[in-house]
Amino acid sequence: MSQDFPFVGKFPLSDYIDDGLDWLTTTFSGVTRAISTVLGNGVEGVVTALSFPPPWVVILGFAALAWYLAGRRVGIGTAAGLLFLWNLQLWQATVETFTLVLFATAVAVAIALPLGILGGLSDRFKAAVMPVLDFMQTMPAFVYLIPAIPFFGLGQVSAMFATVIFSMPPAIRLTILGIRQVPKELVEASDAFGANWRQKLFKVQMPLAVPTIMAGINQTIMLALSMVVIAAMIGAGGLGGEVWRAIQRLQPGNGFEAGIAIVILAMILDRVTQKIGQPKKKQQ
Amino acid sequence: MQPKIQVKNVTKVFGDHPERALQLLDEGLDRKEILQRTGQTVGIQNVCFDVAQGEILVVMGLSGCGKSTLIRCLNRLIEPTAGEVVIDGEDILKLSNDQVLERRRRKFGMVFQNFALFPHRTIMENAAFGLEIGGTDKETRDAKATEALKLVGLDGWEQSYPSQLSGGMQQRVGLARALAVDPDILLMDEAFSALDPLIRRDMQDELLALQSRVKKTIVFITHDLDEALRLGDRIVLMKDGYVVQIGTPEDILTSPASRYVERFVEDVDKTQILTAGAIMHDSRIRVTPNDGPRTALHKMDQESFYSVFVTQRDGTLEGYVWAEDAAEAVKRKEKTLEGIIQRDHYAVKPDESIGTLFQMLVDTRIPLAVVDDNGKLLGTIVKTQVLAALADAQPDKEDAEAGDGEGETEPTQAQETAEAKVGA
Ligand SMILES: Nc1ncnc2c1ncn2[C@@H]1O[C@H](COP(=O)(O)OP(=O)(O)O)[C@@H](O)[C@H]1O
Ligand SMILES: [Mg+2]
Repeated sequence: MSQDFPFVGKFPLSDYIDDGLDWLTTTFSGVTRAISTVLGNGVEGVVTALSFPPPWVVILGFAALAWYLAGRRVGIGTAAGLLFLWNLQLWQATVETFTLVLFATAVAVAIALPLGILGGLSDRFKAAVMPVLDFMQTMPAFVYLIPAIPFFGLGQVSAMFATVIFSMPPAIRLTILGIRQVPKELVEASDAFGANWRQKLFKVQMPLAVPTIMAGINQTIMLALSMVVIAAMIGAGGLGGEVWRAIQRLQPGNGFEAGIAIVILAMILDRVTQKIGQPKKKQQ
Repeated sequence: MQPKIQVKNVTKVFGDHPERALQLLDEGLDRKEILQRTGQTVGIQNVCFDVAQGEILVVMGLSGCGKSTLIRCLNRLIEPTAGEVVIDGEDILKLSNDQVLERRRRKFGMVFQNFALFPHRTIMENAAFGLEIGGTDKETRDAKATEALKLVGLDGWEQSYPSQLSGGMQQRVGLARALAVDPDILLMDEAFSALDPLIRRDMQDELLALQSRVKKTIVFITHDLDEALRLGDRIVLMKDGYVVQIGTPEDILTSPASRYVERFVEDVDKTQILTAGAIMHDSRIRVTPNDGPRTALHKMDQESFYSVFVTQRDGTLEGYVWAEDAAEAVKRKEKTLEGIIQRDHYAVKPDESIGTLFQMLVDTRIPLAVVDDNGKLLGTIVKTQVLAALADAQPDKEDAEAGDGEGETEPTQAQETAEAKVGA
């Protein structure tokens, strides 16, 4: 009893949040169900497409893509890493995790880019969005799982929702930064030649912000990968699911195998996206 | 004929409460007091001048005197607080935002101190930028950009990127970008100030050559007296945001130089000390003792100098030779300069202060040599450079040599122009 706050009862914050979420779930159930179906089918479709051909074909394809985007070394590394994962019998789980990260990142970037651009152009919008970003990043990621379930049910889509929320902030932050760090002489030069805001944005500010924005997207991908184990707790499967199962069954060997697999996948995605962000040599 | 540009009582106050500053300006307070009392910065105040069609008007003044603010009021990159800017009979301060964009696309080309080229665009795409913004189709704008690049001597570089070009070449691109839209008016804000002295001279010459062909109306900003005298049909002198004097280079020179300098520099921070190194020009014209007198004569002839410095191959300063002596040596069929090298020149270190230099320049007919600790020739200084530097800053002691009477001024002027020809 002595632990309770004196004189007034507990502020019913949790009740408010629950009521609010209930309201949201019922009001937007149509929308959430539609999102759920579209994304769920999308993820499933890609997973099926990647699982259908023999693994070596897909691995060759990915290695070629990595080579093209990031050079020979990354291409060879990608081939070696993925072959190793196949050998560990984690190919199916890798495909699932990769697809989930791909979709989560796509959704996160689709939301982050416009918000980041607004924040880059408007001081007021930036001031409003910054505290929200801090909140999103400091809130323990587990907490996002709880509202995700009533919205989207157990499984991939809920996992994606939590992943998107958790991984989006760096993409927004670095888009804001990228736009703002465009030298003001260059913005002034475009003004002097009569550019309107759209011309300025798409001909000068965005192209010059690309390396910074890509750094943000890279971080978003890494954060999304770091969510896979947590996401597995609500049935996302994939490599995170393998880790989660190993924890529950106390199988350290299996746990490490799946953990290493996540690291390999992370390294491949990191190297490839880092290279995309760098300007071509010619321009340096 | 109606002036191309009329600037009428234009005032710009930076800050949240410009009206307070405007009132205090009316009451006759100066910039410093207004800043102290209201926190508002007066960028420029009551500036008035006209620019005629086809004229190069140079606006000159110390850093912070409001030159950049003024030139940006002409195309409304900065919104004036009060006044009128009339271009072709139209007060552009009364135009809507869309109209302003349209005027910028059609009438103005601007060149910036730090070039402000777009690093992600090729030279061609940079030059075509204004046309692209104005909605010209790709074929036409490529043709016009190519033509503009040719005009500034950059054909062949179309597909390079700005970072592959030297500073001088980058500014040519900046100029081409401004010329490509075929504007009536070129606004050039310290366009050559970031360039090396030698390249800067070349660019000035080229701008003049270009101007004789394209006949634009040019507003050119500089803090350099030499540059102002070379380029300006007329010069507007500014101080602390207001106009001190408007006139032709002759007006500026024939008005008492010392008084002009004095008035121009009176408020400069006295702790700012100018040095020989800061004001010298690179000396590209020099000879070695083994060069024949004929070579020496030829080099002097090219630049219309009466003397030239002699250095060893590694740049160590030996002395100088006179043109007459070299001519004599040619007659005597001497093969080297050894016999005629004079050694009574003044050599100073780059950190020598400007006050001392002035004293030396009064005593000698040839330029001062600036040498490093090993005696290598770094550059040369003639009297005009010291005067120009004096216009930019105050020497650390009151300068008796600068004089203050009108009588003293005339010979100084004559001497100065004579000596300019001797300089390297
Ligand atoms: N955006 C601004 N806000 C506040 N003060 C400014 C701004 N731009 C210029 N000023 C002030 O106005 C004065 C004139 O500046 P400027 O026109 O840049 O001088 P200049 O180009 O001759 O060096 C300076 O005192 C400068 O500090
Ligand atoms: Mg300036």
